[in-house]
Amino acid sequence: MISCSEAMKRLWEYLDATVDPAAREAIEEHLARCRRCCGELEFAEELRRFLARSSHHDIPDDVLRRLNQTLEELGP
Amino acid sequence: MGVAREGTVDGTRASRAERFRQLARAQLPRLHSIARRLVGEDAEDAVQDCLLKAFQRFDQLHEQAAGPAWLTSILINCCRDRGRVKARRPDEIDFDEVEQFSLYRKIAYEDPFPYSDSLHLDFLDEFGPEDVRAVLMRLPELYRVPLVLVYMDGFLAREVADMLDVPLGTVLARLHRGRKLFEKHMWGYAEETGLLREDPR
Repeated sequence: MISCSEAMKRLWEYLDATVDPAAREAIEEHLARCRRCCGELEFAEELRRFLARSSHHDIPDDVLRRLNQTLEELGP
Repeated sequence: MGVAREGTVDGTRASRAERFRQLARAQLPRLHSIARRLVGEDAEDAVQDCLLKAFQRFDQLHEQAAGPAWLTSILINCCRDRGRVKARRPDEIDFDEVEQFSLYRKIAYEDPFPYSDSLHLDFLDEFGPEDVRAVLMRLPELYRVPLVLVYMDGFLAREVADMLDVPLGTVLARLHRGRKLFEKHMWGYAEETGLLREDPR
């Protein structure tokens, strides 16, 4: 079985589904037996959701107005 | 004939500008948001640069559907030009130490909110959008860019590799280091700014 540090090193890649099948199997085997790494996995998932939630596409009105003005001045 | 050709040229040029405006207008909030996370206060200038450069190169965009990713890749270059001097250089970072860092374990060990029964979630809840931006600004641009594009803006690692013109493996490696650095800087930022002080109940 792979060690905790090996499993942790590839945890996000595991969540991103960018690990190869053999590594995926090794990580899942480790997670099935290691409670602490399951906690790390849950927190990594939460952190991913947190980052996605932090992605607000808000833009101040005055900035939007100036950028639109730039667009209006492009070309004829 | 000459007049007709001129008219056609003018018509084409007008249409080109209008098509560009249509594409760019819809993307302004997203572009500005990405730029805020990449270059902070210089975001508006970076988007201005991006609009001017993108318009000059608009003929290179052959598929309208690729417009958002195309604009994003131009924006990244503009942000790089503006942000280069601000970020810490990667060679100043001790990656062995970063590699060993686990925010999950750090929170559990330090136990900043002793009365909490959801310690890790409470830690994340302390961070508002401005705090997240401030933490991101502590990362070298090399790691900040893929982190923002993949985990905040929803691009695939493969798309980011195309935008940055680097191999997929390079993006994955930068994402790994970027995540670890982000975790480490979250803790450092929380300590420095007093986010870990539990409010009196």
